[in-house]
Amino acid sequence: MTMTTTVRLNGVGAAPGLAIGQAVWWRKERPVVETRSISDTEQETRRLEQAVSQAKEQLSRLREVTAERMGEGEAGIFDAHLSFLDDPAYVGEMKNRIQQQKKNAESICSAVTDEMSQMLASLPDEYMQARADDIRDVGDRLLLLLSGKQPFDPSLLQPGSVVVAEELAPSDTAQFPPGIAAMITARGSKTAHAAIMARTLGIPAVLGLGKAIEQVQDGDTIIADGEAGWIDLNPDAETQAKAEKEMKRQQELRDQALQKAGEDAVTQDGKRIQIFANIGSLNDVETALNNGAEGVGLFRTEFLYLENDHWPTEEEQYQTYRKVLEAFDGRPVIIRTLDIGGDKDLPYAELPKEENPFLGHRAIRFCLANKDIFKTQLRALLRAGVYGDLWIMFPMVENVSEVKEAKALLEECRQELHKEGVQTAEQLKVGIMVEVPAAAVTADLLAKEVDFMSIGTNDLTQYTLAADRGNEAVAHLYDAAHPAVLRLVRQTCDAGQKAGIPVGMCGELAGDPKMTEVLVGLGLVELSMSAGTIPEVKEQVRGVNSTDARELADHALTRENPDEVRTVAAKGK
Amino acid sequence: MQETTIVIQNESGLHARPAALLVQEAGKYESQVQLIKAGKQVDAKSLLGVMSLSVRKGDEITIRAEGNDAEAAVNGLRSLIESGLE
Repeated sequence: MTMTTTVRLNGVGAAPGLAIGQAVWWRKERPVVETRSISDTEQETRRLEQAVSQAKEQLSRLREVTAERMGEGEAGIFDAHLSFLDDPAYVGEMKNRIQQQKKNAESICSAVTDEMSQMLASLPDEYMQARADDIRDVGDRLLLLLSGKQPFDPSLLQPGSVVVAEELAPSDTAQFPPGIAAMITARGSKTAHAAIMARTLGIPAVLGLGKAIEQVQDGDTIIADGEAGWIDLNPDAETQAKAEKEMKRQQELRDQALQKAGEDAVTQDGKRIQIFANIGSLNDVETALNNGAEGVGLFRTEFLYLENDHWPTEEEQYQTYRKVLEAFDGRPVIIRTLDIGGDKDLPYAELPKEENPFLGHRAIRFCLANKDIFKTQLRALLRAGVYGDLWIMFPMVENVSEVKEAKALLEECRQELHKEGVQTAEQLKVGIMVEVPAAAVTADLLAKEVDFMSIGTNDLTQYTLAADRGNEAVAHLYDAAHPAVLRLVRQTCDAGQKAGIPVGMCGELAGDPKMTEVLVGLGLVELSMSAGTIPEVKEQVRGVNSTDARELADHALTRENPDEVRTVAAKGK
Repeated sequence: MQETTIVIQNESGLHARPAALLVQEAGKYESQVQLIKAGKQVDAKSLLGVMSLSVRKGDEITIRAEGNDAEAAVNGLRSLIESGLE
C-alpha cells in the first residue's frame, strides 16, 4: 500500500455512474494577441491562408467524426464554422486589411472576429445571435493556428480517460471518442447542455468542482462518482480497490437486469407495470427495443420541426410516425403533438420573444392558435395510425375546453381525409399530458374527456414549486420528489382510476429506480423513461409488493420535504 | 451596372437558409453583386454580409450587379427571391 492520501473534491453529480480513469486536461487556450507592423504583406497573407486551410481540414474531420457518432444534426455546427472560412466578409476582409493596414495576421484576425461577432450578437434574432459564438470559436481556432499551437486534439483521449476541463461546450462533448470513463469540470450545473450530452452518451459526469479542479494534473488517477457528485484524486490502493469492487458489482447488476429486460415487469403480487421508452427521434427506436421497452410513452415530435428549415409537411411527418409505429409492431406508441414556443424556438417560425416563455404561448396553446400547422400534424398522425397502436397526446393542457377543441380538430381532419378517400386509423387513443398543476387538480374533469393521461414531471415540478431548474440560484428547490408534486401525482392517478383510464408518467422521475416503489404505490400503471434505465426500473418493479408500495407512498406524501421523501423511498417498506 | 428593387415576401425574411441559398446563387456569377437595404450595402456573395442586413418579410431590397454577367445575376437573384427562396 502506498502512503499517498486520497484527495476528495465535491461537485455536482450531473450524469450517474462510477468510473476510474486517467486525467486528461481539455485545455482551451486563447493566445494573447500582439499587434505588429509588417512590411511583407504577401507573406503575411500566405500565413493567414495557411491557417485557414489547416482550420478547414480540422473542421472537416470533426464534422465527419461527429456525424458518424452523433448524427447529422450535431455535425451541422461545423458546417456553419466552415462557411465562415469561405466568407468574403470574414477571411476576405482580413486579407484586405493586411494589405491596407500592414499589420500582422493575428491582430487583424482578432479585430475582424470581434467585429463580426458583435454584429451577429446585435441582430434581433436568436439564431443569428448564436452564430456569434460560432464565429468566435472559428476566430480562436485561427489564432491558435497562427500562433503555431494546435487546438486541443481529442485524439489525445483514450478509452478510460477522464476529461478534465474548465467548462465544456456541446461542440466539445460532441468530439469525445468512444470509451471515455468520465468528465469533470470546474463550472457547469446538472442542467448544463454538457450534462445532458453526458447523460445521453452514458458518461458519468461531476461538474461544478470550482477552483479545486486545478489540483488535477494530466495523468492523475481519478475516481468519479457521477451520482453522488464527488471525485477522488490519486486514490490510495485501498480506496481504488474498493471503487473497482463497487464498479464490478454495479456492472453485474446492470448485466443481470439487461438479461431480463425483455421480460415484463410484474410486481411480487402479480400487478403488471408497463415500462415504456421516451424517444426523441427515429434513431432512438432501436436502443429502446434492445433495452426492453414495451411501447413508447413519449415520442417528442419536436425534432421533426427543429431539424428542418421549414414546417415539416404532412407527408414527411406521416413517414416518420409510420416508421415508429411499425417498429413497435402493435405495441402502444404515445406521440405527443408539437410542444413548441416558449423557450423552444424555431428559426423559421419567427416566434415573438416572450417575457416569461414557460408561462407563455407554447404547446397546445400555440397549436390551437395556429390551426394549419396543428392540422398538418393531426392529419399525418391519423394516416400513420393505420400501422400500429397510436395514442395521441396533447401537451400543456390546462382546461377542458382545450381538450374539446383539439378533439374537434382531430375529428375535422378525419372527416377531411375520408372525403379525400384517404385511410385513417380506425382505433386510436386520445390523451393529455398532465404537466400544469391546474390539470392535475382538475384531473377528474379532464379524465372524462380522454382515454389516458400521462404525467410530465419536469414541467409539473417547475410549475408546482415555482422553481426554474436552469437557474442555479433556485435549482436546489427543484425536486420532483417534493410531497406537493407527489400529491398531485396521486390525485391524478385517483381521478384516472375512477374514470377507468390508465395514468402513466413520462418525466425524469419515472426513470429514477430509487423512486420506483413510491411511484407504483401512487397508482401509476405505466412508466416511461430514457431507454438506458429501463432494465433497472423493471428489476425494481419485480421486487415490489403493491400493497406495501401503497403504504410507502402514503407515508411519503406526509413527509415535509423532498429529502425526507427520498430517505423514505430508499429504505423501502 | 444593373439593378432591381424587390420586396421580400417569404415568411422568414432572409433567414439562415434563404440567406444561404441567395449567397450560393450570387456565387454563380462573375459580376460583383451587392444587396442594399435602407442605404446599407453588402456583398451578396457573403453569408455574414447578407445576415448582417437582417432582412425581414416586407423589407425592400435592391440587387445591384456590375460586370460581364450583371444582367443575368440580377435576373437570377430576382427570380430566386420571387420563388420564395425554397
